[in-house]
Amino acid sequence: MITISDLRKVYRQGNNDVVALDGVSLEVPTGKIHGIVGHSGAGKSTLVRCLTLLDQPTSGTVAVNGKELTNVSDDELRNARRRIGMVFQHANLFDSRTTEQNIAYPLELVGTPKKDVAKKVSELLELVGLTQFAKGYPSQLSGGQRQRVGIARALATDPDVLLCDEPTSALDPQTTDEILELVKELRNRLNITVLIITHEMHVVKQACDSVSLLEAGKIVEHGDIEAVITNPSGRLAATLLPLPGDAPQVEGAGPVVDLLYTGDQATEPVISGIARKFNTDVNVLAGSVEHLGDQQFAHLRVQFAPDADLGAIVEYLKSAGIAVTVKEAK
Amino acid sequence: MDFFTELLNNPGITRAMWPATVETLQMVLIATVFTIVIGLPLGILLHNTGKGGLLPVRWLNVVLSGIIVNITRSIPFAILMVALIPLAKAITGESLGPVAASVSLTIGTVPFFARLVETALRDVSSGKVDAALVMGSTKMQVIRKVLVPEAMPGLIAALTTTVVTLIGYSAMAGLVGGGGLGRLAYNYGFQRYDMGIMLVTMVIILIMVQIVQIAGDIVARKIDHR
Repeated sequence: MITISDLRKVYRQGNNDVVALDGVSLEVPTGKIHGIVGHSGAGKSTLVRCLTLLDQPTSGTVAVNGKELTNVSDDELRNARRRIGMVFQHANLFDSRTTEQNIAYPLELVGTPKKDVAKKVSELLELVGLTQFAKGYPSQLSGGQRQRVGIARALATDPDVLLCDEPTSALDPQTTDEILELVKELRNRLNITVLIITHEMHVVKQACDSVSLLEAGKIVEHGDIEAVITNPSGRLAATLLPLPGDAPQVEGAGPVVDLLYTGDQATEPVISGIARKFNTDVNVLAGSVEHLGDQQFAHLRVQFAPDADLGAIVEYLKSAGIAVTVKEAK
Repeated sequence: MDFFTELLNNPGITRAMWPATVETLQMVLIATVFTIVIGLPLGILLHNTGKGGLLPVRWLNVVLSGIIVNITRSIPFAILMVALIPLAKAITGESLGPVAASVSLTIGTVPFFARLVETALRDVSSGKVDAALVMGSTKMQVIRKVLVPEAMPGLIAALTTTVVTLIGYSAMAGLVGGGGLGRLAYNYGFQRYDMGIMLVTMVIILIMVQIVQIAGDIVARKIDHR
């Protein structure tokens, strides 16, 4: 479990104070994968640096399993850091070391006996599927393989939290999915808490249980994927489950309505249900239906006949647990 | 007698050339060892006390960089050599000869080497240092296990350049009492205008420089896994 409370970071830039983090609070329970998304400049990098204490936060605390990382001595901080495994965007492997030597690095630091190091390293190599590359150097590996080595290295100290900073941003789509699969698999096997910082919505959809939207140093939206995706007033819903780019705007006769729904409703024949119950025509203008995690989500834009009883239909949909937004004609 | 038999009968070559070569090698070797021993830590200190280093200490960086390194580097080596004769005498007990000359050679090349070390360390990406710190390394472990090994190809290149420079400096040192090939070339080649000796000296120095450069390149390539 990782607990971040009221984290603030203010940089001094010339005569101005720049607030990079403005009171970020967050808790990720053990065994969950949480995504923090935001555009560049939102404070993601600062957050990562403050979480690992590479930069000292101005105020606020970071704790792993109840043990604080902030406000401790250098010695304690070094030990506490070993509770967090970190994966970097560009892997940051040591070029002068072979794959196995890279993974052994965190173990060497505390003088682990050679035999134990060798055993742990071969376990980790197997875990990330790179056993045959043990003696190779990072320059001989592909981007995805390097990232796997980075993950293995991050896990060498059996950390409680895996912190991933843009782990797939330098990878192609297929490798991205492989790495995310690996992260999910590791979470399932090791019951590790994972925090993924990214600008890619795809990563959130693919791997995360919950998500936070970081904007101008603040978390402006937060919740489980299911909750944020079915919240029509939220900003994450529209980006996580967008309508196709050329979705027709409101035009012609008849009211246009956006529907967001999940799980059970997604499998029920909502549209034909309306058509039958209200004896009206329903036209689907655009829609996307996706499987996220083990849930199904749908985002539809539909148009009813001009004479339809909009009030009653909306009432009916809402009672079925569907989020409804009536689009105003321009 | 043709040119080559003349060379073989020239006592300046048959008698004086070998001891002079040994003296030059002696100077270069002693100075190289001490340049590494002093210059490497100084370069590491320069890098890490600077902005973005592991231990930014502004005043120390200013003192090291501005005063020691830059001032020493800006004095022409020929002048520095003469100025350091009293120091060489204090340390080695002699003011002439290759051992005494090694003192001023070392002091002349340490700042040069330290700057090259600093540059090589700066080429190690800050991400690797961050990774090492996040994994719980002490600052000393970062230096020993990450910064220096990762910069090794650059450090070898820096050392190669430094030794080549040292060979050049050692010839200059010969002129002010250091002995070696520099003095030989000066005494015979310049003062007696003996072209043969001049030529042979140049060839020997050329071979030395080539060997150092080629060996340096081979080692650098061998350890470079980037």
